[in-house]
Amino acid sequence: MPKKKKEESKVEEVVAVVEQKVEAVEPKVDVAEKVEEKSPEIEKQQYSRERMEAVSHYIYKQVSSVVFGVLSPKMIKKMASAKIVTPELYDKEGYPVDGGLMDVRLGVIDPGLRCKTCGSKLKECIGHFGYIELARSVVHVKYARIIQLLLKSSCRECGRLMIAQEKWAKAKSHLDRIELEEGPESRRLAVKALIESKGGKCPHCKAKQSKISIEKPTTYIEGDKRVSPIEIRARFEKIPDEDIEVFGLNPKTARPEWMILTVLPIPPVTVRPSITLESGERSEDDLTHKLGDIVRINQRLFENINAGAPEIIIEDLWDLLQYHVTTFFDNGIAQLPPARHRSGQPLKTITERIKSKEGRIRHNLAGKRTNFCARTVISPDPMLGLDEVGVPKIIALKLTVPETVNEWNMAYLKKFVSNGPGKYPGANYVVRPDGKKKKITDETKEASLEELQPGYIVERHLMDGDVAIFNRQPSLHRMSMMCHRVRVLPGRTLRLNPAVCNPYNADFDGDEMNLHIPQTEEARAEAEILMQVQTQLISPRYGLSVIGCIQDAISGNYLLTKLGEMPREDAVQLLACVNVTDFSRLPSKKLVNGREIFSVLLPDEFDYESASRSGDKVVIRKGILMEGIIDTKSIGGEGEGLLLRSLHKKFGPARTIGILHQIFRLGIEYLVQHGFSTGIADEDLPQEAREQIDQLLHQAEEDVAQMIQSFKEAKLEVFPGRTMRETLELKILERLNKARNACGQIIKAFVQDKNHAAVMIMSGARGSMTSLIQMSACVGQQAMRGKRIEKGYRERTLSCFKRGDLSPEAHGFIIHSFKHGINPKEFFFHSITGRDALMDTALRTPKSGYLYRRLANAMQDLRVEYDGTVRDANGRIIQFAYGEDGIDVARSESGKIDVQRIINEN
Amino acid sequence: MAKFDVTKHELVPKHSKLTEKERKELFEKYAIDMPNLPRIYKSDPAILALDVKEGDIVKISRKSPTAGETVFYRRVVG
Repeated sequence: MPKKKKEESKVEEVVAVVEQKVEAVEPKVDVAEKVEEKSPEIEKQQYSRERMEAVSHYIYKQVSSVVFGVLSPKMIKKMASAKIVTPELYDKEGYPVDGGLMDVRLGVIDPGLRCKTCGSKLKECIGHFGYIELARSVVHVKYARIIQLLLKSSCRECGRLMIAQEKWAKAKSHLDRIELEEGPESRRLAVKALIESKGGKCPHCKAKQSKISIEKPTTYIEGDKRVSPIEIRARFEKIPDEDIEVFGLNPKTARPEWMILTVLPIPPVTVRPSITLESGERSEDDLTHKLGDIVRINQRLFENINAGAPEIIIEDLWDLLQYHVTTFFDNGIAQLPPARHRSGQPLKTITERIKSKEGRIRHNLAGKRTNFCARTVISPDPMLGLDEVGVPKIIALKLTVPETVNEWNMAYLKKFVSNGPGKYPGANYVVRPDGKKKKITDETKEASLEELQPGYIVERHLMDGDVAIFNRQPSLHRMSMMCHRVRVLPGRTLRLNPAVCNPYNADFDGDEMNLHIPQTEEARAEAEILMQVQTQLISPRYGLSVIGCIQDAISGNYLLTKLGEMPREDAVQLLACVNVTDFSRLPSKKLVNGREIFSVLLPDEFDYESASRSGDKVVIRKGILMEGIIDTKSIGGEGEGLLLRSLHKKFGPARTIGILHQIFRLGIEYLVQHGFSTGIADEDLPQEAREQIDQLLHQAEEDVAQMIQSFKEAKLEVFPGRTMRETLELKILERLNKARNACGQIIKAFVQDKNHAAVMIMSGARGSMTSLIQMSACVGQQAMRGKRIEKGYRERTLSCFKRGDLSPEAHGFIIHSFKHGINPKEFFFHSITGRDALMDTALRTPKSGYLYRRLANAMQDLRVEYDGTVRDANGRIIQFAYGEDGIDVARSESGKIDVQRIINEN
Repeated sequence: MAKFDVTKHELVPKHSKLTEKERKELFEKYAIDMPNLPRIYKSDPAILALDVKEGDIVKISRKSPTAGETVFYRRVVG
């Protein structure tokens, strides 16, 4: 079972590292959990006695507070199980040196050995801390800021906080308020500000103070003399507890002198495991390297001090020790050169382990990774059901579903085991009741087959009908993860019905999607009941269908219901293609029309009345489409298709999905059999239309010229609240837009049903009238921020125009069509707006994405209670009625409930 | 400059103080207690004229685009 085993151990590794991390931080913060029976007053307020009594038996022990503090030297020694004195790691036999950094008392990292401290094996022993006695104390970089503030705030002689006795109480309440509002950090800053404003004398002992500055990262200078860590420590020791409290530290858990290190805790070896290379050589962790440096310098410092070396040498070594301890905590400090490997790559020390996207928190703790999942490129397959997902066979061979053996499925499961891992409906693993997992191979196959009996679990290959959760990022929606049924298919892509692209916001230009296989009965049930595609049909955003027909399916149904008259035989053929077997609903006459064909798919007892895109009525009576043309307003997705909504309301999700699938395929099938394509010829206009458009645009230009003329003569009628110039701009814009829209009318009048570009536009399947106009008649005015283009040179847009030229062509009106071709000036204007639009989207997308994330994070645990109120996790009321009106949008029609219609219907 | 009364502005919804009885009914209706309510500052310009103190509850009836009129309750804090 090599592969599986490897995976498992990997997972455990991650877990182990996570545990170690908590301890690794401990040199800085002491996490103490106080379990108290008496709950604080706030909690008493929130839970009434009855409520507490009702639930209290669930709570075995309640964590009432978590305290962060600084480790005292005493504490460090107390929790250490070894004193580290030598930088050597291993002796000649390769055995860890006693008092070295890999001391056996610090935990086990080799399999088979037992921990000298706790006696447990690898993976059981979480490791133990050691410590080094530092020859000279050093500053802890992470507290450099607090040390600086406290040095400035306390008296150098008496150690008191330099606030006069009479102002003590007032200052305290002032500081308390700041802390409540802005946190302890601000409190300390406020203390400093308070004292600095008073100037140079201690109000208690009247000692004169001199200015203290910091030379980053860890050197403090008073006047022009350096304050050594030893001195700082001595000063801090003098500060009374009460003063520390006022400053904003808890003297019980964080005495300031502890921020100067005299002993350094050594993290357990499990935090910094060494790797044995293939060559048998050992490669140590970055932290071990760094600790080695610290111990080495520390030793030298000790020796020099004992030998009575000159002060300069000692000071140099001291600085070096400070540097090593600093980089041990944080190797990314701007003022210090980062400590590097021999290869020149910077060491990853404690801060780097925790910080940033690749750090422990965001990568290991907040990161979510799972087994039993797959990811590949997606591609469309309209023959798949809407709730199906096509899974490549090679993926189906790797993903498994556990099935427990019992008397009745024994033979069925044995077949999989005997097929083995390589042959398709096979199995990869057999799990014995004691939890031992065995990989099935050609050799072990027979044995596994023999021992299989009720209670065993077979991990068989993924098969048709299995439950899977399908997902596309970004998962902003609950519809971004839906439950599909598996269909194992040849090929290498995951396949989905194009109709479900909408909720995933997927297309096939290279998108990849993820597939997850639920492994327990509970997970499967949950996925099926809560996440199945059917249940996600109606969007909770606008109460209409998100899933619907798209593109070809809409064009197809549009053409079918508009002009789909055909012999009955052809209609039967068409319907048979979409899985209709009962043709009794198709009228028995020689020629049937498209509406009659479409009606076959509808349930008998279905009534519906609505309007099509063009505004014509669409009427369905008793499941027969009486009049109207089916287009996106009826069958479209994304809040367009009202027919789908009505079907859903009347016949439920499962039936609707079935009908939708048939409608979808009917549309496509009609196009397949009758042909549908578009080309540049679709943008051709007849001579007559061309002339009309030319005339129209000419007229518009003339009108604008006239406006400009009357502006120049100051005869223009001014809009209220506008200057004459503004009025002119508005009028010109309006006139030119009118001209372009009029082009649309002309085009509409001339296009026929054989113009497939127009068909797509009319049915709402794709494209817009505007783009057709732009292609075949006139691109129109290029606007930036709702105005004509005015950028460029002084009083003109391009140097080829005269100054003050107000004509359409000088301000970005493109009179030609794309097909005809646009001239250089027009092309330039078009590029201006094109670039502007591009920049706009490029800047807006990430911004709105981040905004959405923040909203989602802020609101993720709000919920609607049974009384209709919206509350957060603490039971605090956010809204007294959900959405202020208490309407569940998913059960409404675009957020409204038509009471009148409900009355009429009953 | 004459002092501007914000409560007269059309965008400021109607604020009123809850009586002891209404208070009780409110707590009963939603099965809640003081801390569950949203807050409003005592110094909020809209309730300055109401003469409320900390611990009082203010009822706000505002126009809503979705529901016509909605009621909100807020507890007064310092």
